[in-house]
Amino acid sequence: MTAADLNVILPELLLAIFAMGALLGGVYTGKDRVAPLVLWATAAVFVAFALWIGVTGTGSRTAFNGMVVDDAFARFAKVMILVSAAAVLLMSEGYMERRGILRFEYPVLVVLAVIGMMLMVSAGDLIALYMALELQSLALYVVASLRRDSAKSTEAGLKYFILGALSSGMLLYGASLTYGFAGTTSFAGIIEAVRATEDLPLGLLFGLVFLITGFAFKVSAVPFHMWTPDVYEGSPTPVTAFFATAPKVAAMGLFARVMHDAFGGATGDWQQVVALLSVASMFLGAIAAIGQRNIKRLMAYSSIAHMGFALMGLAAGTAFGVQAMLIYMAIYVTMNVGTFAFILAMEKDGQPVTDIRSLQMYSKREPLKALAVLVLMFSLAGVPPLVGFFGKFYVLRAAYDAGLAWLAVAGVIASVIGAYYYLRIVFFMYFGEDREGIDGGMPPVLWGALMASAAVMVLGVVNLFGIEGVAAAAAAALVN
Amino acid sequence: MDALLGEYLPILIFIGIAVGLGLILILAAAVAAPSDPDPEKVSAYECGFNAFDDARMKFDVRFYLVSILFIIFDLEVAFLFPWAVAFPTMTDTAFWSMMVFLGVLTVGFAYEWKKGALDWE
Repeated sequence: MTAADLNVILPELLLAIFAMGALLGGVYTGKDRVAPLVLWATAAVFVAFALWIGVTGTGSRTAFNGMVVDDAFARFAKVMILVSAAAVLLMSEGYMERRGILRFEYPVLVVLAVIGMMLMVSAGDLIALYMALELQSLALYVVASLRRDSAKSTEAGLKYFILGALSSGMLLYGASLTYGFAGTTSFAGIIEAVRATEDLPLGLLFGLVFLITGFAFKVSAVPFHMWTPDVYEGSPTPVTAFFATAPKVAAMGLFARVMHDAFGGATGDWQQVVALLSVASMFLGAIAAIGQRNIKRLMAYSSIAHMGFALMGLAAGTAFGVQAMLIYMAIYVTMNVGTFAFILAMEKDGQPVTDIRSLQMYSKREPLKALAVLVLMFSLAGVPPLVGFFGKFYVLRAAYDAGLAWLAVAGVIASVIGAYYYLRIVFFMYFGEDREGIDGGMPPVLWGALMASAAVMVLGVVNLFGIEGVAAAAAAALVN
Repeated sequence: MDALLGEYLPILIFIGIAVGLGLILILAAAVAAPSDPDPEKVSAYECGFNAFDDARMKFDVRFYLVSILFIIFDLEVAFLFPWAVAFPTMTDTAFWSMMVFLGVLTVGFAYEWKKGALDWE
């Protein structure tokens, strides 16, 4: 271990020191009274680190004998994780403050989860992978049950913990099989073992499938999605917003990293599994959300469907597929931040409202906000002129180019089915019967996030803010 | 062949002594020990609870807290032992790795102390 090694993980190290400092600083001063301060400081640190990583990072470096990799792909995912975590933290302050659950441990736990996520996307070894994944998961289990006196919140935390532990077990089993048959835990060694043989040895194939099962749990792909609706519904809404953004990016990044870095020579073997996960997620997400009245459950099924689309990019197995997946995730995260900013502001007499029927005739009272939500819903559905359409277009093209035309066709069909429930929300807002379901006011942070997200969805059609080239460079760093 | 089996002789002797000693102790207890059973003595031991009872009873959450906090420091000691044994041949990296580990644990300890997790009342 040298200074060069430590230099590669410097952002994560500094974040860890910040987390410990914030923990001690908080507990030795005003405890929960300093929570807003800790929260704002954390968000500022996240943004500063995102700038630092995004602007100064160049080339590919490895540390600790290949345990940690810092390349364009990792940096792209890290910037996404940091920015979305900062946005969600700022959005959560008002909501948590009003309900008395703004503890100073919340931002600290988010920092720890973010460190885990950053290490996940730059893991170069099965052991580093598992450590990063557990660091992320353990912090998330706790924030899911942040509202300790609510049965639903504790249930969400417990469910998440038990199913997360199950998925960890599957992943570990896969990792141990992979280690046993490849003889090494490092991705560089595994890919050599994979490429050395014509057909993948049966043990390595089993390891691969168990690893994919573990990742599918984390990205909530069907048939390993069952925890998502309950956890999304039970967790406090800001935590749900967090679950729907940064951890999904990290899990997708990790998924792509292992598939390409460790099993790059066996594309044909994992392509079919990922394609199946993709098509099942898209259809279940589209169909199961139709009956939902609770907007948090609806967003859970929506995220399942979106993960299906992102997996379509991964299933292509090409550099363009990874690029499409990264673009899709960036767009998905932006849309979700805006949508959750709106959901966080859905209140009636100070109580949170989650029933989508309460939105009836919202456009008459709040035309601007209704318009922003309309843009976001159309974008989530993938209606052509908006940015959400381009995300879908990229993954469909990647799948088609890779010879998976059937998958692309299935994606189009699922997206048409899924459009129904997004459009129903718009229908309620513009054509329902008026019944004053929710109050009009909205805190400035949430208003800003909602409007910024909607504006991105409209203005991004010009050139997607240049994200295309950056994503291409990131994908090129991963697939070679 | 005989030489090979000869190497296993100590194990055979060991098994013999283990079985013999076990039998002697069990039989001695049955033959020589005074027998005065009562319900508390013959029931299975389970710290603080009835061994056979409804599992869904109220349970003081402080027990969990103490056991969780205990496990962490239990692990710390488990890591410290091999570290201490290898101390003479240790590199600087190994030494400072453990120092960082202890430092992180101390941060957690200071937090739980100040937070009041160690106060029983």
